[in-house]
Amino acid sequence: MKSDYLKKLPLKTKLSRFFMHWFLLTLVWFGFTNTFAAQEVLTGLIVTAMISFLSIRLFTCCDLRILSPGKILYMLQYIFVFLIALIKSNIDVAKRVLSPSLPINPGIVKFKTKLNKNFAKMVLANSITLTPGTLSIDIVDDTFYIHWIDVKTTDPEQAYKEIAEPFEKILLKIF
Amino acid sequence: MSILEIIGGILIITGSLFLFLGALGIYRMPDVYNRLQAGTKATTLGAMSLILGVGFLMPGWILKILIIIIFIAYSNPISSHALARAMHLRKRFMFFKNEEIDAYKEIDKNNNPEK
Repeated sequence: MKSDYLKKLPLKTKLSRFFMHWFLLTLVWFGFTNTFAAQEVLTGLIVTAMISFLSIRLFTCCDLRILSPGKILYMLQYIFVFLIALIKSNIDVAKRVLSPSLPINPGIVKFKTKLNKNFAKMVLANSITLTPGTLSIDIVDDTFYIHWIDVKTTDPEQAYKEIAEPFEKILLKIF
Repeated sequence: MSILEIIGGILIITGSLFLFLGALGIYRMPDVYNRLQAGTKATTLGAMSLILGVGFLMPGWILKILIIIIFIAYSNPISSHALARAMHLRKRFMFFKNEEIDAYKEIDKNNNPEK
């Protein structure tokens, strides 16, 4: 990774990212310490501020704008859609594993995504891995390569509609 | 037994059931990609459900447990992606049948910008 790409960013973006990073690390700190005693809070704030200052160039996913109420509503909707897909995919795996004839028809298909941020692509790839019958193998620029346990189509557009559309609709609104 | 303990017990049993199904899937599936499919999905929901069950039994730990669940959902698919990609780049196309459906073959190892 280029270490000097930060210098090209405006100060406002840098500060916004820094505070977002600090906020997330503070949430993790309070989750793990599980107490609100004054010294714990003070130590946590100082330590997380130092860590987020030192590792700011590794944190490229988002800044404070992601905390707007509309985006948080879309995030909750995304988590809901994702959990339903996760449970469905587990029932799907259970059905395939337990049926004596092992009904699989595997292959690797590809499709193009409309997302342009790397973090959003990673979230989409993770979600695709946990949805029924699909496993994301690689992302090259904007092309996703997906292993599909039951190939219905090899056409990229059709595959996009079958696999990625419900997630990408929401992700495009968040990122 | 309180209602929280009953919910926790049910969640732990469900989680272990899914983990068992994942293990069975790894045993029954014919090649590495299908094994990863079964393994990743079942272990993700299995571990999440099991840890959430522990959270219901021990309500004081619930924040830690939510963080662990987020980390599992974040890191499990990445490790399966790394394994599948490494297998494909080493030319192990152990396909069960219809080997021709493989769009990823167009990626040459030498063209790959990360290599």
